[in-house]
Amino acid sequence: MNNNVWKMIAVLGFSAVLAACSSTPSEEESMSGSGVDGSGTSMGDGSTTSIGIGSDGGLSAEEMAARDGLQYVFYFDFDQSALDPQTRAALDAQANVLRNSSGVVRLEGHADERGSREYNLALGERRANAIANYLVLQGIERSRIETVSYGEERPAVLGSDEGTWQRNRRVELK
Amino acid sequence: MFLKRTLIGLLMMVVVRGVIAAELTIEITRGTDNPTTIAVVPMGTTPGLYPAVAIDAVVSADLERSGLFDPLAVSEMIAQPHQKSQVHYNDWRLLGTDFLVIGGMTRDASGRYQVTFELYDVLRQRQLFSKNVNGTESQLRDIAHFMADEIYETLTGVKGAFSTKIVYVSVEQQANGRQNFRLVKADADGERPVTVLDSPEPILSPTWSPDAKQVAYVSFEGGRPAIWRQVLASGERQKLTNFSGLNSAPSWSPDGRKMAMVLSKDGDPEIYVLDLATNQFDRITRHFGIDTEPQWLPDSRNIVFTSDRGGRPHIYQVDTVSRDLKRLTYDGAYNARPRPLPDGSGIVYVHRSEPGGPFYVALQNLERNTVRVLTDTQYDESPSIAPNGSMIIYATKRLGKGILAVVSVDAAVKYFLPSALREVREPAWSPFVR
Repeated sequence: MNNNVWKMIAVLGFSAVLAACSSTPSEEESMSGSGVDGSGTSMGDGSTTSIGIGSDGGLSAEEMAARDGLQYVFYFDFDQSALDPQTRAALDAQANVLRNSSGVVRLEGHADERGSREYNLALGERRANAIANYLVLQGIERSRIETVSYGEERPAVLGSDEGTWQRNRRVELK
Repeated sequence: MFLKRTLIGLLMMVVVRGVIAAELTIEITRGTDNPTTIAVVPMGTTPGLYPAVAIDAVVSADLERSGLFDPLAVSEMIAQPHQKSQVHYNDWRLLGTDFLVIGGMTRDASGRYQVTFELYDVLRQRQLFSKNVNGTESQLRDIAHFMADEIYETLTGVKGAFSTKIVYVSVEQQANGRQNFRLVKADADGERPVTVLDSPEPILSPTWSPDAKQVAYVSFEGGRPAIWRQVLASGERQKLTNFSGLNSAPSWSPDGRKMAMVLSKDGDPEIYVLDLATNQFDRITRHFGIDTEPQWLPDSRNIVFTSDRGGRPHIYQVDTVSRDLKRLTYDGAYNARPRPLPDGSGIVYVHRSEPGGPFYVALQNLERNTVRVLTDTQYDESPSIAPNGSMIIYATKRLGKGILAVVSVDAAVKYFLPSALREVREPAWSPFVR
């Protein structure tokens, strides 16, 4: 069996151990009220079932940048999706390489933690689209480009200061 | 091949049962200036009966958390009556107690607890009510919350929200830079947490169905955001949308028939309404800016939402039938994530008064158009209002760590709900559960 299947077995095994270890308090039992007792009130059922999702792997932007010297992360000002000259130059270099290759270009947009989460999701998408539009102008087919926004959900750096925020307002090219 | 498919199938649906470690604790920081003193006497029991939960302690904690009551410590009680004939009002007047709660519990042959509880007005020397409630051992906390609701409603005229639930997202930063996300359901006091969803990808924007039996949320499983609905009791899930771009910010209408949401499939984030019966999408906004964070008003017809069509994020309202649109907020540099009060008199939202300033939770009165900042924490997000309109739960940061916090609508009461082990965020207060 290949690597991926071994990884899945490991995760499944761990999950099974987790399920076995966690206790099942009476919260999980099905409680049906056995009718109202005259003037009294009967408590209702309140059980909940839990669901778990498996994981997959992937390279980070840092790992990729280390390989060929190109810039894979592009930065933005607060609440903005405009591309500064440095970003444009870095994208020109990427476009040169991408024009001679095939395959999907995935752009992941992000925002810093401030403000509301859903608005930041939209802002991340706007940033990813800004990069996508620029690449299209440099001759990359729009159909090759996949854009996703993570909003503030996947910060590159943890912290609550100007430096951290600046590094999180970004689009990553993968 | 079969083995691989089976493993993938099993992986996609691992059921994780039971209580999890990320339990919220409560830290009260502020109560009203003149709380009402109340004594909740430990319940009388029959010999040999040792209930797993001290009901009086849960009732006292609920009442104290509302900020309106100051419960008397059990150690200060001169006497512990369990029925009317044992009540001597003088005992309680001496202690400065205005109200008295007493009761008794027995267990019947089937194992169900039968509880009688009574509320007395000490100053006027009369009984305000005597009520009965029953339930199993695992429902003792529910019984206590029911009692607190009845006491609260009798004394304040406002329906109690102690039996309600919250749902929130809990995150663990793992050693290899990865994160684990959980959607957790708990009682309104943070107790009895249960994992609803466990995922290596982000979860956000949980919303309750009006009958409190389902939640909808955004999940990034598979690498892209999609809106899911999940039945709490069974864990049964259904993906509601799978468009390209954003699928986010679900909001379940109070009449249960529709889900408002944000889709960017037509070029930029717009608000759509999905009819849950017919599966038809109705596009509500048409503007090249960002329109997001829709939330229904109690009439299940109007929606308040965030839009930056004016240059910066502000709150707007749209009538989904007539399509009439109006702007609600004008003060400040950034206003987002609106939540209407249940009586429609105001909206609660995230507010920044000037560029570079902190983000607070604010309340705008819609008749007088006055804005009041309610919190003194910073980096506040995701306010959600209790169904009785009294309290607001929201997410904030303390010493760099994500915690939940609660503030009353008049800002007089404040408490924190941190988690010992994980970061917590994105709270959603359930509708009334019973």
